[in-house]
Amino acid sequence: MSEPVLPQAGLRFGPPPDAGRDARDNAGPGPRPDARDNAQDNAQPDPRPDAGPDARRAATVEFEHVTKVYGPADRRTAEARPPAAVSDLSFVVPAGKICVLVGPSGCGKTTSLKMVNRLIEPTSGRILIDGVDIATEEVTALRRRIGYVIQQVGLFPHLTIGENVAVVPRLLGWSPVRQRERADELLALVGLDPARDRDRYPAELSGGERQRVGVARALAADPPVMLMDEPFGAVDPIVRDRLQNEFLRLQDELAKTILFVTHDVDEAIKLGDLVAVMAQGGILAQFGPPRDILASPASDFVARFVGADRGLKRLSLSRVADLELDPVGGPGPDTAGTAGAASGRDAGAGAGPSAGTTAAATPDLPVVEPETTLKDALSILLDAGAEAGLVVDRAGRPLGLVRVEAITARMRT
Amino acid sequence: MTGRPLVDWGWVVGHLDDIALATLQHLGIAALAVGAGFAVSFGLALWSVRDRRVYGPITAISGILYTIPSLALFAVLVPFTGLSVVTVEIPLVAYTLLILVRNIVAGFDAVPADVLEAANGMGYTRGQRLLQVELPLAIPLIIAGLRLASVSTIGLVTVGSLIGDAFGGLGVLIKDGIAAFFPTKIYVGAALSVALAFGADIAFIRLQRALTPWARARISGR
Repeated sequence: MSEPVLPQAGLRFGPPPDAGRDARDNAGPGPRPDARDNAQDNAQPDPRPDAGPDARRAATVEFEHVTKVYGPADRRTAEARPPAAVSDLSFVVPAGKICVLVGPSGCGKTTSLKMVNRLIEPTSGRILIDGVDIATEEVTALRRRIGYVIQQVGLFPHLTIGENVAVVPRLLGWSPVRQRERADELLALVGLDPARDRDRYPAELSGGERQRVGVARALAADPPVMLMDEPFGAVDPIVRDRLQNEFLRLQDELAKTILFVTHDVDEAIKLGDLVAVMAQGGILAQFGPPRDILASPASDFVARFVGADRGLKRLSLSRVADLELDPVGGPGPDTAGTAGAASGRDAGAGAGPSAGTTAAATPDLPVVEPETTLKDALSILLDAGAEAGLVVDRAGRPLGLVRVEAITARMRT
Repeated sequence: MTGRPLVDWGWVVGHLDDIALATLQHLGIAALAVGAGFAVSFGLALWSVRDRRVYGPITAISGILYTIPSLALFAVLVPFTGLSVVTVEIPLVAYTLLILVRNIVAGFDAVPADVLEAANGMGYTRGQRLLQVELPLAIPLIIAGLRLASVSTIGLVTVGSLIGDAFGGLGVLIKDGIAAFFPTKIYVGAALSVALAFGADIAFIRLQRALTPWARARISGR
């Protein structure tokens, strides 16, 4: 096992092409010696002091000048395919981060993703996981270490839900008891009931449930890297929103390195720690945190792609809890005035005069939660025609008031 | 013939062991033909799935084989294989190929692309994917092919009686019945042949149910 690593380490110290260095330096807290250390950790079961539990659960994924050109043999079906599907792609996803590849169809985002588990082999360039060139690894072993979720889910219809989740553990030779325990654990983790769902078949589940099983299955062997190809693309918007929120909650807990493909800019902004905007021909148009991409698009293409409403989109990066809330019922004349104006709309009786006392006195204010994104909060307030909304916690206790003005001010910064 | 009953039950009762033997022989010849045909077809189908270019020629050749009358084939084979069970089995096997190859290929083709992609992405080896994913999912169509092939083969076995009494199963009864103007033998032979075909069909349906519990979940699912 140490043998394939050493030549890699040697290669890594060779003269690095400039673009590759730039991408690394910009994106990674892990300069190259660190990556090499990680590689050695993989090779030897000797955990180094700087490799905590996180280092084992997640891995750095690095694209180095990756290009994919479909040759004549691959082109049988589409004569008009552009010469390169992916062009000189270089970026680094630090361990534990979600990187969303987003772009119009035909931009090579799925091709890029599939090169990570070698469903597609790059024409040139390298992909490194924790510093190890994946081309040097045995392909089935590599794939079993990478979670893979696709839009159509691809559950095995002839296996029960429990068996589906335990597929990779079974391929890895875990004992049946351990497979079953792991399947139950994961079904519970993704919000299904192991006792009820374990022995059912995929055909008996709803689309949203199947997608959860798909995620559970990808997590089964605790892979350090997950690849997700439009996993929430085939479910309706309400279910998608819920799955996205659950996904983020799950990621808070698991901290995997995730490469996520979508064509939906809003999804990319919502889910990504990093966003890679790709253009036709597999060109990386911009790479960075969503905030940067919205604040300063690198090109007209990116600006057009993220949309004219990018100010509004930035609001979806912040939550109500990020704002300084005005006190409820505080004596401040400003607050009282706002609340009064808001509730006075349809409540000439009672609310207006008593504004500035308690939340109970302002029942007509729209209610938002601290976790609500500013975008949604603004939408709720505008819908209600209110100047301010009442922020309440899970128990329904008022935390403060959020004002439209405060939100729009946030949009401009 | 006049005045005699359609079926001489006395003869039937008196020859139960002969009838049973002929039935078993019939079943044995048919099973061997379908078994060998399945083995050959499975190989040809796998080859076709891996390399689409051979599928056309394979179905064309098995289609031509299917059109050759069994009598003619016997006549061609006897100089080489003599009056043996091989002479009977070769046409029977040949006739199963068209049905079986097509159904097995269709079975593999019916495996959803997303399932294959998921299997590849999760690190199934090619062999594991074939045996643990594609084959189970192809079972309904493969068994549909086996049902057709077994029913038609069971009917065809009777022709083997032309080669010899050891190779025709219930066909020997029918042949003798015709030769002796004894309808009982014809009816018994024909009826049992039909019963065997039905029995085989039901057996395969049962087998399919046992092998594909997930297919029923689909129907009862929401």
